[in-house]
Amino acid sequence: MRTRSLMPHLIKSFAIKARDYIRGGDVSIQIQGLLKTIGFDADLIRRTSVCAYEAEMNVVMHGGDATLTLTVDTDRIVMDVKDEGPGIENIELALQEGYSTASEEQREMGFGAGMGLPNIQKNADRLEIESERGKGTHVKISFGVKSDGG
Amino acid sequence: MKLSEIKEILKAEVIVGEHKLEMMIQAGAGSDLMSDLLRGPKDGVVVLSGLNTLQVIRTAVIAGVAAVVLVRGKRPEPDMIDLARFHDLPLLSTPFTMFTACGRLFRQGLRGVEQKPSK
Repeated sequence: MRTRSLMPHLIKSFAIKARDYIRGGDVSIQIQGLLKTIGFDADLIRRTSVCAYEAEMNVVMHGGDATLTLTVDTDRIVMDVKDEGPGIENIELALQEGYSTASEEQREMGFGAGMGLPNIQKNADRLEIESERGKGTHVKISFGVKSDGG
Repeated sequence: MKLSEIKEILKAEVIVGEHKLEMMIQAGAGSDLMSDLLRGPKDGVVVLSGLNTLQVIRTAVIAGVAAVVLVRGKRPEPDMIDLARFHDLPLLSTPFTMFTACGRLFRQGLRGVEQKPSK
Protein backbone atom coordinates (compact mmCIF):
# COMPACT_ATOMS: atom_id res chain seq x y z
CA MET A 1 0.00 0.00 0.00
CA ARG A 2 1.36 3.42 -0.88
CA THR A 3 1.69 5.86 1.93
CA ARG A 4 0.50 9.41 1.57
CA SER A 5 4.06 10.73 1.59
CA LEU A 6 4.81 8.82 -1.62
CA MET A 7 1.80 10.11 -3.51
CA PRO A 8 2.92 12.63 -6.09
CA HIS A 9 1.15 15.97 -5.95
CA LEU A 10 2.38 17.11 -9.30
CA ILE A 11 4.38 15.86 -12.25
CA LYS A 12 4.92 18.28 -15.10
CA SER A 13 7.27 18.28 -18.07
CA PHE A 14 8.73 21.28 -19.85
CA ALA A 15 10.63 21.44 -23.13
CA ILE A 16 13.88 23.44 -23.22
CA LYS A 17 15.30 24.43 -26.58
CA ALA A 18 19.07 24.57 -27.00
CA ARG A 19 20.50 27.95 -28.09
CA ASP A 20 17.14 29.71 -27.56
CA TYR A 21 18.49 32.79 -25.79
CA ILE A 22 15.23 34.68 -26.28
CA ARG A 23 13.14 32.27 -24.21
CA GLY A 24 15.93 30.78 -22.09
CA GLY A 25 14.93 30.98 -18.43
CA ASP A 26 11.20 30.99 -19.09
CA VAL A 27 10.71 27.40 -17.87
CA SER A 28 12.36 28.24 -14.55
CA ILE A 29 10.08 31.22 -14.05
CA GLN A 30 7.08 28.96 -14.70
CA ILE A 31 8.41 26.52 -12.09
CA GLN A 32 8.96 29.36 -9.63
CA GLY A 33 5.33 30.42 -10.18
CA LEU A 34 4.06 26.87 -9.63
CA LEU A 35 5.99 26.49 -6.38
CA LYS A 36 4.68 29.85 -5.15
CA THR A 37 1.12 28.77 -5.98
CA ILE A 38 1.59 25.52 -4.03
CA GLY A 39 2.85 27.62 -1.12
CA PHE A 40 6.33 26.38 -0.25
CA ASP A 41 8.48 28.61 1.92
CA ALA A 42 10.46 31.41 0.29
CA ASP A 43 13.92 29.90 0.82
CA LEU A 44 12.97 26.55 -0.74
CA ILE A 45 11.36 28.34 -3.70
CA ARG A 46 14.48 30.48 -4.15
CA ARG A 47 16.86 27.51 -4.02
CA THR A 48 14.71 25.45 -6.39
CA SER A 49 14.26 28.34 -8.83
CA VAL A 50 18.00 29.12 -8.88
CA CYS A 51 18.80 25.45 -9.61
CA ALA A 52 16.13 25.27 -12.32
CA TYR A 53 17.49 28.42 -13.95
CA GLU A 54 21.13 27.35 -13.84
CA ALA A 55 20.19 23.92 -15.24
CA GLU A 56 18.00 25.46 -17.92
CA MET A 57 20.68 27.92 -19.02
CA ASN A 58 23.24 25.09 -19.07
CA VAL A 59 21.00 23.31 -21.58
CA VAL A 60 20.45 26.51 -23.59
CA MET A 61 24.19 27.22 -23.74
CA HIS A 62 25.85 23.83 -23.87
CA GLY A 63 23.29 21.05 -24.28
CA GLY A 64 20.89 19.72 -26.85
CA ASP A 65 17.11 20.06 -26.75
CA ALA A 66 15.98 18.85 -23.35
CA THR A 67 13.03 17.90 -21.19
CA LEU A 68 12.78 19.08 -17.60
CA THR A 69 10.41 17.00 -15.49
CA LEU A 70 9.30 18.52 -12.22
CA THR A 71 7.97 16.16 -9.56
CA VAL A 72 6.49 17.60 -6.40
CA ASP A 73 5.69 15.21 -3.55
CA THR A 74 4.74 15.96 0.01
CA ASP A 75 8.30 15.34 1.13
CA ARG A 76 10.47 16.28 -1.86
CA ILE A 77 10.85 18.26 -5.04
CA VAL A 78 12.79 16.67 -7.90
CA MET A 79 13.82 18.16 -11.23
CA ASP A 80 15.06 15.74 -13.90
CA VAL A 81 16.75 17.44 -16.82
CA LYS A 82 17.55 15.14 -19.76
CA ASP A 83 19.12 16.35 -22.96
CA GLU A 84 20.50 14.80 -26.11
CA GLY A 85 23.44 17.14 -26.33
CA PRO A 86 27.16 16.54 -26.62
CA GLY A 87 27.52 15.43 -22.99
CA ILE A 88 29.94 16.69 -20.33
CA GLU A 89 33.51 15.66 -20.97
CA ASN A 90 34.71 15.92 -17.39
CA ILE A 91 32.00 16.18 -14.72
CA GLU A 92 34.49 16.73 -11.89
CA LEU A 93 35.96 19.71 -13.74
CA ALA A 94 32.52 21.08 -14.62
CA LEU A 95 31.64 21.11 -10.90
CA GLN A 96 34.62 23.34 -10.09
CA GLU A 97 33.84 27.02 -9.53
CA GLY A 98 35.20 29.13 -12.36
CA TYR A 99 35.57 26.33 -14.91
CA SER A 100 33.70 27.25 -18.06
CA THR A 101 33.49 26.25 -21.70
CA ALA A 102 31.23 29.19 -22.60
CA SER A 103 31.74 31.06 -25.85
CA GLU A 104 32.54 34.76 -26.08
CA GLU A 105 28.94 35.40 -27.17
CA GLN A 106 27.60 33.62 -24.08
CA ARG A 107 29.97 35.55 -21.82
CA GLU A 108 28.76 38.82 -23.30
CA MET A 109 25.27 37.84 -22.17
CA GLY A 110 26.48 37.55 -18.59
CA PHE A 111 26.96 33.78 -18.52
CA GLY A 112 30.03 31.59 -18.53
CA ALA A 113 31.38 32.49 -15.09
CA GLY A 114 31.75 28.78 -14.38
CA MET A 115 29.15 28.92 -11.61
CA GLY A 116 26.27 26.95 -13.16
CA LEU A 117 26.77 23.47 -11.72
CA PRO A 118 28.51 24.79 -8.54
CA ASN A 119 25.48 27.01 -7.86
CA ILE A 120 23.18 24.00 -8.28
CA GLN A 121 25.36 21.95 -5.95
CA LYS A 122 25.27 24.74 -3.37
CA ASN A 123 21.49 25.18 -3.42
CA ALA A 124 20.20 21.63 -3.93
CA ASP A 125 19.98 18.96 -1.25
CA ARG A 126 21.20 16.40 -3.79
CA LEU A 127 22.69 16.63 -7.27
CA GLU A 128 23.26 13.62 -9.53
CA ILE A 129 24.83 13.88 -12.99
CA GLU A 130 25.09 11.18 -15.63
CA SER A 131 26.65 12.09 -18.93
CA GLU A 132 28.01 10.29 -21.93
CA ARG A 133 29.99 11.98 -24.69
CA GLY A 134 27.89 12.27 -27.83
CA LYS A 135 24.74 10.91 -26.19
CA GLY A 136 23.59 13.47 -23.66
CA THR A 137 23.30 14.39 -20.02
CA HIS A 138 20.86 13.61 -17.22
CA VAL A 139 20.92 15.97 -14.27
CA LYS A 140 18.75 15.11 -11.27
CA ILE A 141 18.29 17.84 -8.67
CA SER A 142 16.45 17.02 -5.43
CA PHE A 143 15.21 18.97 -2.43
CA GLY A 144 13.72 17.73 0.80
CA VAL A 145 10.47 19.35 1.92
CA LYS A 146 9.86 19.82 5.63
CA SER A 147 6.35 19.33 6.94
CA ASP A 148 5.95 23.11 7.31
CA GLY A 149 6.60 23.60 3.57
CA GLY A 150 10.24 24.63 3.91
CA MET B 1 16.26 53.81 1.35
CA LYS B 2 13.24 54.23 -0.92
CA LEU B 3 13.45 53.45 -4.63
CA SER B 4 12.43 57.07 -5.26
CA GLU B 5 15.63 58.21 -3.46
CA ILE B 6 17.70 55.87 -5.62
CA LYS B 7 16.05 57.39 -8.66
CA GLU B 8 17.09 60.89 -7.48
CA ILE B 9 20.64 59.93 -6.42
CA LEU B 10 21.26 58.24 -9.78
CA LYS B 11 19.36 60.87 -11.81
CA ALA B 12 17.63 57.84 -13.26
CA GLU B 13 14.76 57.51 -15.63
CA VAL B 14 12.03 55.09 -14.53
CA ILE B 15 11.17 52.85 -17.46
CA VAL B 16 8.96 50.39 -15.57
CA GLY B 17 7.54 50.60 -12.05
CA GLU B 18 6.60 54.24 -11.47
CA HIS B 19 3.98 52.90 -9.02
CA LYS B 20 6.63 51.14 -6.93
CA LEU B 21 8.87 54.11 -6.11
CA GLU B 22 7.81 54.07 -2.45
CA MET B 23 9.25 50.56 -2.08
CA MET B 24 12.03 50.22 0.53
CA ILE B 25 15.37 48.97 -0.78
CA GLN B 26 17.51 47.14 1.78
CA ALA B 27 20.80 46.81 -0.11
CA GLY B 28 22.50 47.11 -3.47
CA ALA B 29 24.46 44.84 -5.81
CA GLY B 30 26.32 45.58 -9.02
CA SER B 31 27.14 42.83 -11.47
CA ASP B 32 27.21 41.83 -15.10
CA LEU B 33 27.50 38.17 -14.17
CA MET B 34 24.19 36.40 -13.92
CA SER B 35 25.50 33.68 -11.59
CA ASP B 36 26.66 36.35 -9.14
CA LEU B 37 23.09 37.57 -8.88
CA LEU B 38 21.91 34.04 -8.15
CA ARG B 39 24.13 33.66 -5.09
CA GLY B 40 22.19 34.19 -1.88
CA PRO B 41 18.82 35.86 -1.24
CA LYS B 42 18.21 39.11 -3.13
CA ASP B 43 14.87 40.22 -1.73
CA GLY B 44 14.80 43.96 -1.16
CA VAL B 45 17.95 44.38 -3.26
CA VAL B 46 18.46 46.81 -6.14
CA VAL B 47 20.75 45.43 -8.84
CA LEU B 48 22.88 47.68 -11.02
CA SER B 49 23.95 46.11 -14.30
CA GLY B 50 25.63 47.09 -17.51
CA LEU B 51 23.99 44.22 -19.32
CA ASN B 52 21.02 45.11 -21.41
CA THR B 53 19.44 41.72 -22.15
CA LEU B 54 16.29 39.74 -21.45
CA GLN B 55 18.35 37.49 -19.21
CA VAL B 56 18.96 40.32 -16.75
CA ILE B 57 15.21 40.52 -16.19
CA ARG B 58 14.75 36.74 -15.95
CA THR B 59 17.72 36.39 -13.60
CA ALA B 60 16.35 39.22 -11.44
CA VAL B 61 12.94 37.50 -11.24
CA ILE B 62 14.51 34.15 -10.31
CA ALA B 63 16.74 35.79 -7.70
CA GLY B 64 13.85 37.80 -6.23
CA VAL B 65 15.53 41.15 -6.92
CA ALA B 66 13.45 44.23 -6.01
CA ALA B 67 14.54 46.53 -8.87
CA VAL B 68 17.05 46.73 -11.73
CA VAL B 69 19.03 49.81 -12.76
CA LEU B 70 20.84 49.83 -16.11
CA VAL B 71 24.04 51.87 -15.99
CA ARG B 72 25.78 54.04 -18.62
CA GLY B 73 22.44 55.29 -19.94
CA LYS B 74 21.53 51.99 -21.54
CA ARG B 75 18.12 51.84 -23.13
CA PRO B 76 16.29 48.52 -22.94
CA GLU B 77 14.70 46.99 -26.01
CA PRO B 78 10.87 46.86 -26.09
CA ASP B 79 10.78 43.09 -25.35
CA MET B 80 12.87 43.69 -22.22
CA ILE B 81 10.50 46.43 -21.09
CA ASP B 82 7.51 44.13 -21.74
CA LEU B 83 9.09 41.35 -19.69
CA ALA B 84 9.88 43.68 -16.77
CA ARG B 85 6.32 45.02 -16.91
CA PHE B 86 4.91 41.46 -17.02
CA HIS B 87 6.81 40.60 -13.84
CA ASP B 88 6.09 43.99 -12.25
CA LEU B 89 9.84 44.51 -11.84
CA PRO B 90 10.94 48.16 -11.63
CA LEU B 91 13.47 48.97 -14.36
CA LEU B 92 15.47 52.21 -14.33
CA SER B 93 18.26 53.67 -16.41
CA THR B 94 21.02 55.93 -15.05
CA PRO B 95 23.54 57.93 -17.07
CA PHE B 96 26.31 57.09 -14.56
CA THR B 97 28.85 54.31 -14.96
CA MET B 98 28.66 51.27 -12.70
CA PHE B 99 31.49 52.57 -10.47
CA THR B 100 30.01 56.03 -10.08
CA ALA B 101 26.45 54.79 -9.60
CA CYS B 102 27.50 52.34 -6.85
CA GLY B 103 29.62 55.07 -5.21
CA ARG B 104 26.78 57.59 -5.19
CA LEU B 105 24.41 55.09 -3.55
CA PHE B 106 27.01 53.99 -1.00
CA ARG B 107 27.78 57.59 -0.07
CA GLN B 108 24.09 58.12 0.67
CA GLY B 109 23.97 55.10 2.98
CA LEU B 110 22.97 52.15 0.81
CA ARG B 111 25.13 49.13 1.58
CA GLY B 112 26.03 45.92 -0.23
CA VAL B 113 24.21 42.62 0.24
CA GLU B 114 26.84 41.47 2.74
CA GLN B 115 25.80 44.32 5.03
CA LYS B 116 22.09 44.02 4.38
CA PRO B 117 20.15 44.72 7.59
CA SER B 118 18.54 41.59 9.07
CA LYS B 119 14.78 41.52 9.24
